[in-house]
Amino acid sequence: MTVTASRPVEAEVEPISSGGKFTTAAANYIDERTSISGLVKELGRKIFPDHWSFMLGEVALYSFIVILLSGTFLTFFFQPSMAEVVYHGSYVPLKGITMSAAYSSTLNISFDIRGGLLFRQVHHWAALLFIAAIGLHMLRVFFTGAFRKPREINWFIGFVLFVLAMAEGFTGYSLPDDLLSGNGLRIIDGLIKGIPVVGTWISYLLFGGEFPGNKLVAEFYSIHILLLPAILVAALGVHLLLMVVNKHTQFAGPGRTNDNVVGVPILPVFAAKAGGFFFVIFGVIVLIASLFTINPIWTYGPYDPSPISAGTQPDWYIGFADGALRLVPPGWEFVLWGHTWSFNMISVIIVLVVFLGLVAFYPFIEGWVTGDKREHHITDRPRNAPTRTAIGAAGVTFYAVLWAAASSDLMATHFKITLEGVIHTLQALLILGPIIAYHVTKRVCLALMKKDREIALHGYESGRIVRLPGGEYIEVHEQLSDYERWRLVSYEDYTPLMIRPNRQGKITGAERFRSSLSRWFFEDRISPITKGEIEQGGHH
Amino acid sequence: MAQHDDGGTNAAAGSAVEHSDLSDPGTAVVSSDAIQNPGLPPHRLRVTDIDPKKEKTAERNVYTLFYLSIVGSIFAVAAYVAFPITPGNTTSVRLNTLFLGLGIALGLLALGIGAIYWAKNLMRGDELTEMRHTTRGSDATRERAVEIFKEGNQESGFGRRSLIRNSLIGALLAFPLPGIVLFRDLAPAADPAKLLSHTMWKKGTRLTHDPSGAPIKASDVTLGSVFHVIPEGLIGREDALEQKAKAAVLVMRLEPDLLHASKGREKWNYNGIVAYSKICTHAGCPVALYEQQTHHLLCPCHSSTFDVEHECEVIFGPAKRPLPQLPITVDSEGYLIAQSDFHEPVGPSFWERS
Repeated sequence: MTVTASRPVEAEVEPISSGGKFTTAAANYIDERTSISGLVKELGRKIFPDHWSFMLGEVALYSFIVILLSGTFLTFFFQPSMAEVVYHGSYVPLKGITMSAAYSSTLNISFDIRGGLLFRQVHHWAALLFIAAIGLHMLRVFFTGAFRKPREINWFIGFVLFVLAMAEGFTGYSLPDDLLSGNGLRIIDGLIKGIPVVGTWISYLLFGGEFPGNKLVAEFYSIHILLLPAILVAALGVHLLLMVVNKHTQFAGPGRTNDNVVGVPILPVFAAKAGGFFFVIFGVIVLIASLFTINPIWTYGPYDPSPISAGTQPDWYIGFADGALRLVPPGWEFVLWGHTWSFNMISVIIVLVVFLGLVAFYPFIEGWVTGDKREHHITDRPRNAPTRTAIGAAGVTFYAVLWAAASSDLMATHFKITLEGVIHTLQALLILGPIIAYHVTKRVCLALMKKDREIALHGYESGRIVRLPGGEYIEVHEQLSDYERWRLVSYEDYTPLMIRPNRQGKITGAERFRSSLSRWFFEDRISPITKGEIEQGGHH
Repeated sequence: MAQHDDGGTNAAAGSAVEHSDLSDPGTAVVSSDAIQNPGLPPHRLRVTDIDPKKEKTAERNVYTLFYLSIVGSIFAVAAYVAFPITPGNTTSVRLNTLFLGLGIALGLLALGIGAIYWAKNLMRGDELTEMRHTTRGSDATRERAVEIFKEGNQESGFGRRSLIRNSLIGALLAFPLPGIVLFRDLAPAADPAKLLSHTMWKKGTRLTHDPSGAPIKASDVTLGSVFHVIPEGLIGREDALEQKAKAAVLVMRLEPDLLHASKGREKWNYNGIVAYSKICTHAGCPVALYEQQTHHLLCPCHSSTFDVEHECEVIFGPAKRPLPQLPITVDSEGYLIAQSDFHEPVGPSFWERS
């Protein structure tokens, strides 16, 4: 273990409670065989800082545990086979219909196993919560700059977890072999076939012949319950280990510095809170699953390439990809040199890969622009990094427009507007939305920083109007306490990079590019106030 | 390497965010006139720290919640027995799901809330401080690590014996190759591009109802109606789904003078009855929505819209190619039959298609 030594600041020795004899003996037995006391010494009083937003990663972790537990239960009953069977189960409307064993066994889980439907729904709701929590956790880390050195690698691992979670979601969604998921696979098939050179063959091998084939459920089952979870658990382990090694970030606050961690120790407070929180998350998921139906596959029917219903949609986390397919302008497909170039597919793949790539590598890009090689353990308030926050807002807008596009037909029917109008509006928004969001967010951040600066210097308006002897009216400003002021003034400040020639006396293109990025990032800046300013501000 | 002078809680003076890490700050501004960290504010005691009665109440709340959790779990077991599933009765499924779920949820929630309540009200309430250390190993550790690699290199001759090293790298690159080959037999030995170019339709195949398989008389296809159609002989085939995924067809009847048939395709319809592939040329979804008034076909997946009056050319959406038309006519008994297979591959585009 490379965990850095933790030094409990205030060691407390508690007297051994009654019945401690057995505990002592058991602890001794285990320690003599595992040396586990070292681990307890290292981790037992490790400090975790407290903030509500730090809970989002925990939600993801705990819903993943719920997924593992409920999923294991489901594997005992599910048959991952596309062999044809005739349904004779309890659900009357589908009796006598030919379907795959996968679909039939999913019906049996839902209608013949006590608690089967409950745990199918627990599994599905937990999966939705898992991905939602990961998304929010990523946004928290992004907007607070918690990805900066030394946590860039852990951000990347987290990104991998995010992609794995979506892959888990999609493979799991496809397993019941129902009409809705089958149409989802059909779209994947179409998307893959659009890939130049290898697409046709990838589709052919994936589906074990022509679509839909009879292999896919078995393949996806292996991937869903073995391959992806193994990678996910391994990556999750590294993610958590690095969090322990780097220690958690904390928000700026009185007494909190870049060199300390202020919070609660693992034993007992954090363990009790986190352990309790696991049960709360589990409980909330079970509560939702017992009250709200999710993915009622029996109403869709078994997969058949011919029928479909209006308003088909994937689970929400795949929406952005489906929406991207819908927003491609007409006619983006060409025959060139005897081959078909399906840019209506290729462009979607490129856009999504570039977007996700920017997300994955953002910490490295920002680190390169600032050139800051110091460790950062104090998280930013989003307003104090205006350009980053604006970039994030632009990214969120881009994602949101793609996501909304997956419901373009539903929007048209619900609001009684034309489908063409919805699509064209969203196409325009996909380009304009991020630009608008960027500028608005940046201005709002800068304005908030100015306001903070004003308050830190002159205090806040007390609402008390005083008339001076000369007849002048003024409003009395209350000064902040040192503690309150500290929250407003402790943030990092960067200046744009000045280009300087390197040792050979040359200015490289890369450095020029870095400098322009740096100007873009830090041109508009509001410096934190200094002691000198406060002293002057006092005699205002 | 950072040095921590004390383990105290008060911060030293420095820039706005203190850094004892002396690495390159890049373009960050390091101010000498920054405001000082005022240190941890005084700890405020909770009501349970001050009032023994409140403490007692809190304690009672915690164990009540834990007992409630036990009740919930036992209730769930009882519900499992008390609300069995009766075959064919969906209400029994709903009740089983509901009460089993509520019991389990109560067991979990009361347990979780109890633990958090305990931590928040009765466990130690003030915050502790722990010092951080830069993540990099100490200089001594790093030197030793470098030394170990050097020793390993020396003792094995990895850097010196280049022939061994290069052949090793070659072997490591080559060993996964069989793994790639192994996946070839996921699909049978055939050329997928050829398979994609043909469907079950051939000259004389009857058009039949999907899913019943009953043949369709031309006289049954009235103006404005739409039929979901599969080829005769599809039902019962081992590869029925694969064939259907290519051969599914929509049959519609329009006023013959509304059809704008291009040269060579004038005879592909029968008295205004036209048959078009149901598989979208974009991503392969069934183009199942027919607007009777406008004679447009809409794909519900990505909103590609095809105009039946103009040979199903794309009038909106991401699809490029029109839906392929199946040439049809009638046989001696008046049933609709195909004149031939489609004249081009149906469904989503693929690389080998030209």
